[in-house]
Amino acid sequence: MTIAATPTQVPVSVDNDKCIAEKGCTVCVDVCPLDVLAIDMLTKKAFMKFDECWYCLPCETDCPTGAVSVSIPYLLR
Amino acid sequence: MKRIDMEFDLVVIGGGTGGPMAAVKAKEKNPKLRVLLIDKANVKRSGAISMGMDGLNNAVIPGHATPEQYVKEITIANDGIVDQEAVMAYAANSFDMINELDRWGVKFEKDETGDYAVRKVHHLGSYVLPMPEGHHMKKILYRQLKKARVEVTNRVVVTRVLTGESGEVVAVMGFDCRTADVYVIRTKAAVLSTGAAGRIGLPASGYLMGTYENPTNCGDGHAMAYHAGADLANLECFQINPLIKDYNGPACAYVTGPFGGFTANSKGERFIECDYWSGQMMMEFYFELEGGNGPVFLKLDHLAEETISEIEHILHTNERPSRGRFHEKRGNDYRKQMVEMHISEIGFCSGHSASGIHTDARGATSVPGLYAAGDCASVPHNYMLGAFVYGRLCGENAAAYCAEHGLGAVSAGDVAAEEARILAPLGRTDGLTPFQIEYKTRRLVNDYLQPPKITRKYEIALRRFDEIREDTSAMFAANPHELMRAMEAHSILDCAEMAARASLFRTESRWGLYHYFVDHPERDDENWFCHTLLSKGEDGRMQMRKKAIEPYIVPIDDEERSAYQRLRVARNAEAA
Repeated sequence: MTIAATPTQVPVSVDNDKCIAEKGCTVCVDVCPLDVLAIDMLTKKAFMKFDECWYCLPCETDCPTGAVSVSIPYLLR
Repeated sequence: MKRIDMEFDLVVIGGGTGGPMAAVKAKEKNPKLRVLLIDKANVKRSGAISMGMDGLNNAVIPGHATPEQYVKEITIANDGIVDQEAVMAYAANSFDMINELDRWGVKFEKDETGDYAVRKVHHLGSYVLPMPEGHHMKKILYRQLKKARVEVTNRVVVTRVLTGESGEVVAVMGFDCRTADVYVIRTKAAVLSTGAAGRIGLPASGYLMGTYENPTNCGDGHAMAYHAGADLANLECFQINPLIKDYNGPACAYVTGPFGGFTANSKGERFIECDYWSGQMMMEFYFELEGGNGPVFLKLDHLAEETISEIEHILHTNERPSRGRFHEKRGNDYRKQMVEMHISEIGFCSGHSASGIHTDARGATSVPGLYAAGDCASVPHNYMLGAFVYGRLCGENAAAYCAEHGLGAVSAGDVAAEEARILAPLGRTDGLTPFQIEYKTRRLVNDYLQPPKITRKYEIALRRFDEIREDTSAMFAANPHELMRAMEAHSILDCAEMAARASLFRTESRWGLYHYFVDHPERDDENWFCHTLLSKGEDGRMQMRKKAIEPYIVPIDDEERSAYQRLRVARNAEAA
């Protein structure tokens, strides 16, 4: 294996107390143009899986419980 | 990984702006037509107008402008290199489309008498119609898709349009970016509405997805059209935009201009007479940046509080609403500071400039059964409303084509070859990542292709692109998501090579900064008053040829011809 695992701080964060993914909600995952959000199989909460964000905001705007917040990626900020 | 076979009459590829309109209009023309709208994202929030749009930039509204005036304006803004019939097809249908969108529930700004409140941003005429509540645009389109009973498939990345024995469309292929299931969809016709090629260059921030365009719009359609045998037009006419530095989104002068905002140099002085995005405007911007008067800014700090509040409301709720939080973090306040601007990386986008898949006034490409609408097609300065109008034309004309043609025979060999090409990166367990291939391609685009264009640099770029093309055979994807990025990396590399070959072919300078060729600094109308077409040659390599400009239907006089060449504010006029 010659592949590195390099950590990076992602721009989308999810408030697990507000996220209702365990009830079957996948709104943020569905609306992301770049398909970078996913539901964590262990915690049953949404999270940003890939650092490929256009900071476009549908995930935050369309979340029914206000659990998602988007900040500008650090490299641009 | 499954293999999924489907059959439709018409497949529309890309569900952003022009795509939904094409699908709806094809169904309206023939409700029995089997129409599939396919998107690699989700049509609810896909494309350039994911979060809506703040206005129409090219509304041709009776009482404010005529189609003839508009055709003239775009002909001049694009240095004469236009198919006027195609621009006229847009202009003549512009007002009907505005009224239809109005009936669908799009809220345009109107004056106290209920008329559209048109503003002036272009150099000559008035064509800008604000939509302060334009954030609801995608919801309105989605409602129409449901009403017209268009079938929708999300999260499927289309990679190739397959053609039959006479070069006509017979199928499209792609894969699901979550399961890697391979799709083979037989169809009579296809509409490409895949948006700009906005991921060719690398943003100055170095953040791969920090592009001006929605990064899903990476040139898939341009690459698919090329491999299907279609012509692409005027690719050397790059898109380069004046954007908020680092944020890399619009500032936006079209919104703020009519309120009194303007582009200024570091002294706070106006240096261009008109903020409409043209190659010449970008050239003046570039000279100001590089010539010691930079940085360049958007100046609003002289405006009244109520004006600034209104501007903030429009800019921070529409199109790129996150610019509000960008400014907040930087401590930028429109009231107190000017907003620092920069020029963007290069791309192909007919929405703002003039390059793309060649289409005629009916939206047809040179491949039978293949149509293209919006930013990926070649009709210049088309913006969102042009994508809607050409979406309509493509949908209606494709429906008519379907009525006269049957399903063609699909070559099993072509399907097997494309399936193998798609799945190859998943079959490897080690190698180069899609990120590495994409980053390197785009970094080289910035190093060698960003204007000013220089022959020697372009030759080096082509050699380096060839090396990367060899490297792609070592690209591996750990999951279907990475597979999507891997196939996108192929499209990006194809577009980068197209940008280089088209630029080297046109041995003159034209369109201001878009094709500022240092080795050939003068405009040469004698040899280059023509379109250029790029296509796939018999040998499988890119070939270039000239195409004569179609006879003008709206004549341009000599005085008007050079109007966009005189954008710089005259110093002596200021002193007077």
